[in-house]
Amino acid sequence: MQWEVVIGLEIHTQLATRSKIFSGSSTAFGAGPNTQASLIDLGMPGTLPVLNRRAVEYAVRFAKAIGAELGERSVFARKNYFYPDLPKGYQISQFELPIVGRGQVEIVLDDDGVKTVGVTRAHLEEDAGKSLHEDFHGMTGIDLNRAGTPLLEIVSEPDMRSAKEAVAYARKIHQIVTWLGICDGNMQEGSFRCDANVSVRPLGKEKLGTRTELKNINSFRFLERAIDYEIERQIDILEDGGRIVQETRLYDAERDETRSMRSKEEANDYRYFPDPDLLPVVLDEAFIEEATRDMPELPDARRARFQEQHGLSAYDANALTATRAQANYYEAVVAACGDAKLAANWVMGELAGALNKAGCGIEDCPVPAPALGGLLARILDDTISGKIAKQVFEAMWAGEGDADRVIDARGLKQITDAGAIEALVDEVIAANPQQVENYRNADPAKRPKMIGFFVGQVMKKSQGKANPQQVNALLREKLGG
Amino acid sequence: MHHKTLAELSAGLAAGEFSSVELTRHFLERIRAHDERLNSFITVTEEQALAAAEAVDARRAAGEAGPLTGIPLAHKDIFCTLDVRTSCGSRMLDNFVSPYDATVVERLAAAGMVMLGKTNMDEFAMGSSNETSCYGPVHNPWDTERVPGGSSGGSAAAVAARLTPVATGTDTGGSIRQPAALTGITGLKPTYGRCSRWGMIAFASSLDQAGPMARTAEDCALLLSGMAGFDPRDSTSAERPVDDYLAALDRPLDGLKVGLVREFMAQDGLHSGVAAATEAVLEELKRQGAEVVEVSLPHAHLSVPAYYVVAPAECSSNLSRFDGVRFGPRCEDPKDLEDLYKRSRSEGFGAEVKRRILIGAYALSAGYYDAYYLKAQQVRQLIAQDFRVAFEQVDLIVSPTTPDVAFPLGAKTDDPVAMYLQDIYTIAVNLAGLPAISIPAPAADGLPTGFQMIGNHFDEACLLNVAHRLQQATDWHRHAPEGF
Repeated sequence: MQWEVVIGLEIHTQLATRSKIFSGSSTAFGAGPNTQASLIDLGMPGTLPVLNRRAVEYAVRFAKAIGAELGERSVFARKNYFYPDLPKGYQISQFELPIVGRGQVEIVLDDDGVKTVGVTRAHLEEDAGKSLHEDFHGMTGIDLNRAGTPLLEIVSEPDMRSAKEAVAYARKIHQIVTWLGICDGNMQEGSFRCDANVSVRPLGKEKLGTRTELKNINSFRFLERAIDYEIERQIDILEDGGRIVQETRLYDAERDETRSMRSKEEANDYRYFPDPDLLPVVLDEAFIEEATRDMPELPDARRARFQEQHGLSAYDANALTATRAQANYYEAVVAACGDAKLAANWVMGELAGALNKAGCGIEDCPVPAPALGGLLARILDDTISGKIAKQVFEAMWAGEGDADRVIDARGLKQITDAGAIEALVDEVIAANPQQVENYRNADPAKRPKMIGFFVGQVMKKSQGKANPQQVNALLREKLGG
Repeated sequence: MHHKTLAELSAGLAAGEFSSVELTRHFLERIRAHDERLNSFITVTEEQALAAAEAVDARRAAGEAGPLTGIPLAHKDIFCTLDVRTSCGSRMLDNFVSPYDATVVERLAAAGMVMLGKTNMDEFAMGSSNETSCYGPVHNPWDTERVPGGSSGGSAAAVAARLTPVATGTDTGGSIRQPAALTGITGLKPTYGRCSRWGMIAFASSLDQAGPMARTAEDCALLLSGMAGFDPRDSTSAERPVDDYLAALDRPLDGLKVGLVREFMAQDGLHSGVAAATEAVLEELKRQGAEVVEVSLPHAHLSVPAYYVVAPAECSSNLSRFDGVRFGPRCEDPKDLEDLYKRSRSEGFGAEVKRRILIGAYALSAGYYDAYYLKAQQVRQLIAQDFRVAFEQVDLIVSPTTPDVAFPLGAKTDDPVAMYLQDIYTIAVNLAGLPAISIPAPAADGLPTGFQMIGNHFDEACLLNVAHRLQQATDWHRHAPEGF
C-alpha cells in the first residue's frame, strides 16, 4: 500500500528578552542553580505575575512576519499539572485566545518548488524549570533559573508530507525568529525546540491516521531522523495489521529511535482556565506600530527581491537569505563588485566552504563583504583569473590584506601581454610533438576537449597567471586543423 | 486607652499624651491578658513591635509623623510579613517564614504603623466561622461560646475586644463584612483592585480584596488611606488615584438615594431581630435626609452557587503550589513523587480546604468546564449587570450584612451548605467587584448585627461618608463586649 505522511510541528522558541515573562529575573543561560529565580519564579505564596511588555512586542513582530491575524484580545490561561520543576503547579500559557492567530510561511523544497505551510497559532507562555537527576543520590534537584523564561509556541497546520518538508519548515521558522532578533535560535541551549506530530494514512484517504508526538529533538538533523524513524515504525505496525497508539514518544539520538513516554490514557487533564492574576492583552494600533516600526525586510520578501533584482534562482536566493547576516553580506558584495551572479557563486561557494571549515558564522568572517567584492572586481576587470582569485582569497582570509595588496605582493597579476603568452604557447607546442600530432589527426569534434591539455600546460608555465581566454584563442590558432 | 479610636489615639500621639511604645505595650499586655479566651492571634510579634514603636517614636521626634504613625495594628495571617511566620491558618504553612512583605504590610509600616502580630483566620480564608483554622477556632468576645464569623475572625475579634485599635482583613465572599457584623465592628471591602494583592496569599484571585477592620468608619477611612493605591506588582490593581476619604466623611446625606435590596429582605431565614436592626438604620438614614427606595437584584439568588464554582476553581489552582517541594511541610519518607504530593497535601490541608480543591478541580475538568465554570462566569456577568441597573436609580444599595447573629461554635460545622449561606448577602458584591461596608446596627438577642452598604465601583468615599454620618448620630458602634 502507498502511504501518505502527515506532519505538524509545535516549535517552542525562547524569546530573547532580558528578563523573564512574568518577573524581573534575568534570562541569561548558564548561571548557578536557582541564582536567577525570584520570589515569583519560586512560586512563593502571595506573589503575582506581571507581563513583560517586550515579550508581547516580539510576538507581534512574529505575527507580522508570517502575515498572521493578531488577536485583538488575547488571554493568559493556567495549565494545571503537578511537577517539581513547575513551581506554581500550573504553567501560565494561552489557550482559547492566543496572541497570534492564523498565518503562513513559504518553504523552498529541494526541487526548487515553493510550498505554503499554515501556522495555526502562536501563543506566549512561560517555561518550566529543570529537574536534575544526577549528583543527588536518588533524589532530584530542582533548578528554577529557566522557570518563567518567555516562550512563543508556534503551532503549524498538519501540512508537511515528509521529514524533509518538516525540516524545511522548522528551518524557515528558525530563520524568521532569528532574522527578527526575537530568538537566538540556539538549539543546544534549548532556545529553539521542536515537537513533531506524525501520522500516516493510505494515500488518497481524507481521514487522518492516529498521531504520535515526538519530543526531545534538539537539532534539525535529529528532527529528520526522528520523523523518518517514526514514519517507518508506524507503517510497519499498520502493515502488520496493528494500530497506532496515540502517545508521546521521546527521540533517543544515540539509538536513533523513538520510545514511548506516556499514552493519552495517562495524559493530564490540564483544567485550563483564564488566569485571574493577569488582564487580557488588548493590542491597540499604536502598540503594534511601535512594536513593528523597526522590523527588517523579511526573508521571503528579500528572497523574492533577490530573484527579481539579482536574477537568482529560488534555490540560490533561498540559500543567500538563510540568515539576515548572510543576506546583508551578499548584498554588500554585490554592491562592491556589481555582478550579482558572481557574488552569489562566491558567497555560496568559496566563502561558505571557508566558513564551514573554520566553524565560524558569517558574522565573524575575517574577510569583510566589501573586501570580497573588491576581489571579485579584479576577476571582472581581468586583473586575475577565477582560479588565481581563490589563491588571493585564501591570503585575504589569512589576513594578508585586501585583494590588490595580495595580488601585488605575490605578483599574481594576470599576463595579458600577447607576446609573452605567445612565447609560452610556442614553448608548450615545441615540447609536446606527440600530443600536437594526435590533436591534428583527431576528429574536429573531439578537439575542444583535447585542447585542455595544452591550456593546462601553458597555465602551469605561467603559474596560473596567463589570461585563459587569450591562451585558448592562441592555441587554437597555432594548432590549427 | 484601648477604648479610644485610631483617630483619637492619633491625636493623643500628636499631642504627646503617650508614646507609641506605651501604646504598643498597652495593647501587647491586653493581648496577653485576654487572648487566651479568644484565640484571635496566631503570632504575637512583641519584640519587633516594640522595636518598631521605638523607631516611629524617633521619627515623630524628628518631625516625621502622619495620622497612622505610631498606631498599633494586627495583620490577618494571610498577609506575608518579612521574617515572621505567615501561616494562613494552615498546617501547610505552619513553618513558613515569609521572605518578603505584602504591599499592604509594607505601606502601613512605611506610614509608621506598628504590627502587634498576626491574627487567626479560617484556613486559607475558607470559612465563615473561623473554625477551620489549624490553630483552633476564634471565640466571639460578645459570647465566647459563639463564633466571630470568618474568615477574618481573628482580626474582627481582636478589634472588638480592644486588643488592637485596627486590623487588616481580606474579603473574598464576605470575610471582612460578615465577621465585622458578628462582632459589632466596622469593616470595609474595597473595590476589586483598590488594594494590592501582592503578598496576600491567594484564595480566589478574581474575588480577593484586602480591607480595613476598625471600630468606626473614620478609622476605616484612615486605615484604607494607608492601604490603597496602585501597585505595579499586581496587574489587577487599579491605576487610579486614591480619593481623599477623610475629606468626604462629613458630607451631609440630604438627597442621598438609598436602595434596599427587596430580595434580601424576603430571604428565608432572615432573623427578625436583624431585619428590625436594618429598619432602624434605614430610619436614621431617612432622618438625615436620605431617600430610601427598594431595588431589585433578580439574579442575586444565584450568587452563592456561582461563587461556589468560581472561588473553588481558582483556589484549586492557587493552592497547587503547596506541594511539599519548596516550602511547607513534606511528608516523611516519600516513596516516590506521587506519594510525596499526595501525603504532603493530605497532611497539610484541612477538610474544608480539601473540599474546595475537589469542587474546584471538578468544575474545571474536561467535559464539565462549560457546565460549571463558564456558566458561573455568565451568572457573574448577570449579577454585575443587576448592580449596574440598580446604580442607575440609587447612590447606595443596602441590606443586612448577614441573615443571623453569631451562631454557637460547632453549630454549622457539619453542614457546609448552611455555613455557605452565611454569606448570602455579601457574596454578590465580590462577584461584581464592588466596594461594601458593614457597620454595627442595633443588637438582636444581645448580640451584634451588621448593616451592609454597597457602593458603586471605587466609591469607597461615599460608603465611608454615609457610615460616618450614621455613626456620628448613633451609638451602635460604641458598645464594647463585657469583660474586655
